[in-house]
This record gives sequence, C-alpha cells and structure tokens, in this order.
Amino acid sequence: MSMRATGRIGDGATGRRGDGASGAGFTPSPLDPHASSPGRPVASSGGPVIRLRGITKVYRMGSVAVHALRGISLDVYRGEMIAIMGPSGSGKSTLMNIIGCLDQPTGGSYELDGVEVSQLADDELAKVRNRRIGFVFQSFNLLPRLPALRQVELPLIYAGADDRRTRATTALELVGLTDRMHHRPTELSGGQQQRVAIARALVNQPSLILADEPTGALDSQTSLEIIGIFQQLNREHGITVVFVTHEHDIAEHTRRTIHLRDGLVVSDGPVANPRVVG
Amino acid sequence: MGVIESFRVALQSLDANRLRSALTMLGIIIGVGAVIGLTSVGRGAQNAVTDRIQGMGTNLLFVRPGSTQQGGVRSAAGSAPTLTMEDGEAIAEEIPTVLGVAPEAGGFVQVISQGQNLGTRIVATNAMYPSVRNHNVADGEFFTRQQVESRSLVVVLGANVARTLFGDASPVDQMIGLSLGPRRMSFRVIGVMEAKGGTGFGNQDDVVFMPITTMQERLSRQRTPGGQHVVGNLNVQVAEEREMDRTVQEIGELLRRRHRVAQDDFHVQSQQDILETANQITGIMTILLGAIAGISLLVGGIGIMNIMLVSVTERTREIGIRKAVGARWRDIMLQFLIESMVVSAVGGIVGIILGVAIARILAGLEFSGQALPAVVTADSVLTAFVVSAAVGLFFGIYPASRAARLHPIEALRYE
Ligand SMILES: Nc1ncnc2c1ncn2[C@@H]1O[C@H](COP(=O)(O)OP(=O)(O)OP(=O)(O)O)[C@@H](O)[C@H]1O
Ligand SMILES: [Mg+2]
Repeated sequence: MSMRATGRIGDGATGRRGDGASGAGFTPSPLDPHASSPGRPVASSGGPVIRLRGITKVYRMGSVAVHALRGISLDVYRGEMIAIMGPSGSGKSTLMNIIGCLDQPTGGSYELDGVEVSQLADDELAKVRNRRIGFVFQSFNLLPRLPALRQVELPLIYAGADDRRTRATTALELVGLTDRMHHRPTELSGGQQQRVAIARALVNQPSLILADEPTGALDSQTSLEIIGIFQQLNREHGITVVFVTHEHDIAEHTRRTIHLRDGLVVSDGPVANPRVVG
Repeated sequence: MGVIESFRVALQSLDANRLRSALTMLGIIIGVGAVIGLTSVGRGAQNAVTDRIQGMGTNLLFVRPGSTQQGGVRSAAGSAPTLTMEDGEAIAEEIPTVLGVAPEAGGFVQVISQGQNLGTRIVATNAMYPSVRNHNVADGEFFTRQQVESRSLVVVLGANVARTLFGDASPVDQMIGLSLGPRRMSFRVIGVMEAKGGTGFGNQDDVVFMPITTMQERLSRQRTPGGQHVVGNLNVQVAEEREMDRTVQEIGELLRRRHRVAQDDFHVQSQQDILETANQITGIMTILLGAIAGISLLVGGIGIMNIMLVSVTERTREIGIRKAVGARWRDIMLQFLIESMVVSAVGGIVGIILGVAIARILAGLEFSGQALPAVVTADSVLTAFVVSAAVGLFFGIYPASRAARLHPIEALRYE
C-alpha cells in the first residue's frame, strides 16, 4: 500500500519539478502564465515548499497503538492550492498538524523550504509556526475578548515586529474586514471570525497557509466567500494554500486534490475543472 | 516578545478577571499588612525600651545579688540575699570613681487613699536616687538624707500613681495609707516624680518611692545571717564613662573581699549590658511577630499559586492559540509569571498602606494605661514589598511552567 502511494506521488512530484524548472521562477502576479493555469504548479528556484517522506504518526493510548499516519510522502510546490480530502479518521488533521509544525511525526522526514523540521526543538518549531506558516482552524481559535486588530497583531508580537498596527490593518484589508477592526469575536459572524483568523494567518507573510476544515463551521455561501479569499491570496499573492475539506464543491476550487484513507494517500491529482469564486 | 508586551498581555488578562485578581490580591494584602503592622509594634516596643534604658543615664552600673556559679548551674540573678546596705556604703566611700550609690529594695503594696485601693510596686531607696537614676521630681521634693536617716514616713509617688489617686490635683502633703502584708501605715506624700513613660518591663511611673530605712524598719525585716540589711540591688553612678570598666572591676574586688567568697555571689551590669539584653528580647519578639505575620503572607502566596493553576487550566485553549501562532516557552512563562508578580506586587503595595494604617491605629491605642508604640521603618516596608514580589515569583513559577510546557495541539483540543 505505502509503496504504491509513494511511487505515484514520487512520479507526480518529478513531473512537477521538471515543469517548474522550465518556468522563469515565481512571480506573484495574476498575469503569470503558470499561476493562472490551473493544475500547473510553479516551483521556486529551489525544491518544494513541503517535502514529506514516509511520515508516520502513532498515538499510544496505554497499550493500544493508533496508527494515524502510515507513511505519507508528498511534495507541495510554491504557489500551489491543494485540498486534502478523506473519510473521518483518515488522518487529515494529524497530517495538517504535522505540516503546520504543531505536532511532530513519529517517523519519516519533513522538509519545509528545504529545512528538515521533523526533529526541531519546541522553541524552534514555535519560530517556524510564527514566521513560515499560517494556520486556520475549523473553530476559528480566536482569543476571547480581544478586538480583531489585536488578534491579527498576535503573531507579530511574538515575532517582535514593530510596525504591527499597519501590517495588521493591511492583513485585515486583504480579507475585507476594514470596517470590523475593533470588534471582538463575540461581535462578529462566523464568516467574519474566520476572516480574522485568515488575516492572522497571513500577517507574517508566511510561505504557507494551512487550513483544517476552514469552512466546516460555516454555511455554504460563507464557505464560498472564505474559499474565494484563499483563491485570491493564492492567485494574487502567490501564497501556497493547503486545506482540508469534506465537500467536493469546495475541493473543486483548488487545482490539486489529495485523498487520504487509513493514514495513507490513496489518490493525488489535478482537479478536472477548477472553479473560481466571483 | 518583549517584556513590555508581556506586561500588556498580563495586565489585559488580569483586567479581564477583575474580581478573581482582587481576591487573589487580598491574601497578599492581608499578609503584607500583618507583617508591617506587627513588626511595627515590635519595633516600637524596641525603641521605647531602648529610650527608657538610655534615659537612665549612660554612667550607670547595677550591682545585683546572685549569679553564683555552682557546679555549672547558674542560679537566677537576684535570688541570693547577699547584697547589703553596707556594701552600698562601702562602694560609695572606697571607690573614688563612684559619684553615688542608690540602693534599691522593692515589694508590692496596696495604696489606700481617698477611698481608692491601688496595688502597686514600691521602690525603697535613698536620697541619691534621683541623681543616680537620672529621674527627677516634677512636683514637691524627693526625700532628703535626713529623712532617710530618721526613717520618716514619707513617700514620693510615681506619675501614674499620682494621677490615678489624685487626678490633676497635687498630692503633695496629702496622707495615704500603705499596707504590706498585715501591716498598715499612714505616709505623707512629699513629691511626685516626672513621668518616664515605660513599656516592656514594668512601668517606672507605676511606683511609690519611700526611704529604704523606713521600709527596713517598718515593713520588711529581711537581714543577712550577720544581721545586715539586705537590698535588692545597688544603682551605682560613675563619674566618667571611660571609667566604667575599671569601676566594674573595683566593685568586684571590693565585694569579693567583703563577702569573703571564692565565687562571685553578685554581678555587675552596665546600662549597656541591660540594653543589649533588652534588645535581644524585643528583637526576638519582633521576629516572632513578623514570623506569625509571615505565615499569612505564605498562605497568600499559596493562594496565588492556586488561582494561577486554575487560571492556567481555564486558559489552556488560549495558551494553545498563542503557541500555534508562535509563542515560545519563555513567552508563555513570562506572561504568567508577570501576572502572578503583578498580583503580588500590587497586593504588596496595598498591604503596605494597610499595614501603615494598622500601625497608626495601634499607636493611638492604650493598653493598661500604656501607649503602644508602633514604628513603621523603611526597611520593613521595603522587605515586605520585596518579599511579596518574591512570593509572586516563587508561587508563580510552577503554574507558569505548567502553562509553558503545554503541547500546542493538546492545548487547542482542550474543552
Ligand atoms: N491525540 C490522539 N490520541 C489518540 N488517537 C488520536 C489522537 N488524535 C487523533 N487520533 C486518531 O488518529 C486517527 C486520525 O485522526 P484525525 O483527527 O487525523 O482524523 P481526521 O481525518 O482529521 O478526521 P475528521 O475528518 O473526523 O476530522 C483517528 O483514528 C483518531 O482516533
Ligand atoms: Mg480532522
């Protein structure tokens, strides 16, 4: 099982790498021929943003071992927009947490921007989460009582940045929340809360935005708005986006979909007819 | 994250839980307040005792009976009836550096006057007493040498006794009755001593003075086997302070010769010795009071730890979110440490204000006719503040490290 999945992803990755190498490097512009052509990811001058090889995760619960991931290998290139799908319990969240450096794999290798991160110490992982990754959760995970602007400033505080107010404002503008900057989470709708969370994820200009069922708590109309924001960030700012979803019509808004089952990749390929919001 | 940011985050979360923060502070406020209040009483007592002992004059020596070393057992000072009137006279006459000697004998009497009955201490001495003890008459006269020799039935009242019996009226030339045991006699009041104030060890103002000869003749007949009159102790005034040590030595030699003993059956103390002993005792008292209050400060600290642990558990998700966006171990640690230190430091400041107020109130109170002095010193305030901040730091470390060690995913999953 694991051999087959790995082999296929390996093939795909090789193909993509060649394709990317022929391009003239990454330009975050909607006019870029590669970026505008769905299913054709663009590689940066180096290797993939994410390079997973044989990632396993075993949870030990007393004497029982739960094999949540059994050997995941895949490459994600700069500028890609990917949906991860699969039945409940297939290991999607586990994988996202490992990619997001919130958790560490039991085995295997994970290179982020060419740097092995699977063995980093806690504080180094914190730094990676802060500088390179923006994480969006299904349950928004905003701090209670804090106004939107403060929520977005949080990663900048831990980064020690000094132009926090301006950068947080810009991030909120990007997600279209200029008029809600001083609202607290309780004064915002679910969609608006998720926009604040997205602004928080992108404020430190990460190379990667990860989202675990970002639309899971939202109605379909709001879900489409959120996906529209991801598409816009991906298209206009070249941010790599990987998200988990259960819904096919949401997954169709990406250019590549990866299916998991029982902790393994069972399919990984381009979306036939990618849709664009708006 | 910088320290200023950590402060802001900590203050925000304290502000979000105002009631809880205030209740946590209460423990520290009470602890620090108690430390300041109680140690101020201790310090006040110490100062008062020091003042009083120093008020007796610097050139004073006390000769007391006893303090004999017998088989390694030191018998209590003052227990052996070995010091006599004649010893005092010999010291005054034979040692040139001695200006005067006032023997002292005491007992308790009932004073009966104008229908009132007052139990008080009696000090029987000679005419040298006011100059030797640096304690003067405020009204009327002290008894003279002649009155002592003639065993006159006269008394001089301590300031409190005079006020209690006669109020604002002058007691001079009034008659009072004294009864010691079954005897009862009438005495004429010839003077009132100035108030010395006094705390700690008996009050110098709650005393009736009478000629020592009168006491020996009329009230107490304690004598040595040789038939000499026994005294309680001798107050010796030395001419110059630098002659103190030599005088102590000469008194020793003289008394050893007179008593014909191998081992001293008396001991000589200077005012400095007494001051040291008194300071030791009041110092221990201050430490004890401080320690009792310190326990409440400790309890306050444990209260902080308790609340901080609850707070860490309650805010597990918040910690998870902070870690997910890049907070490091020290960021979380600092946030919670600053929280507990702010609680204890603010509590400390309020506690200091409370403690000073307690000291003020105590200083205004009177216990059995004596003002209770309370002195707040800068060092006790500083110590209380530093200790309370340290308490916050110490009791904050464990909860903060629990928070900082949380795994981001587990923290985010926490409901
Ligand atoms: N902390 C944990 N301890 C033990 N087992 C765990 C833990 N987290 C996840 N698992 C197990 O790992 C497997 C994968 O879980 P995961 O949350 O990744 O699934 P998922 O694909 O995200 O599912 P869903 O679509 O329901 O969110 C499951 O069998 C789950 O029970
Ligand atoms: Mg999941």
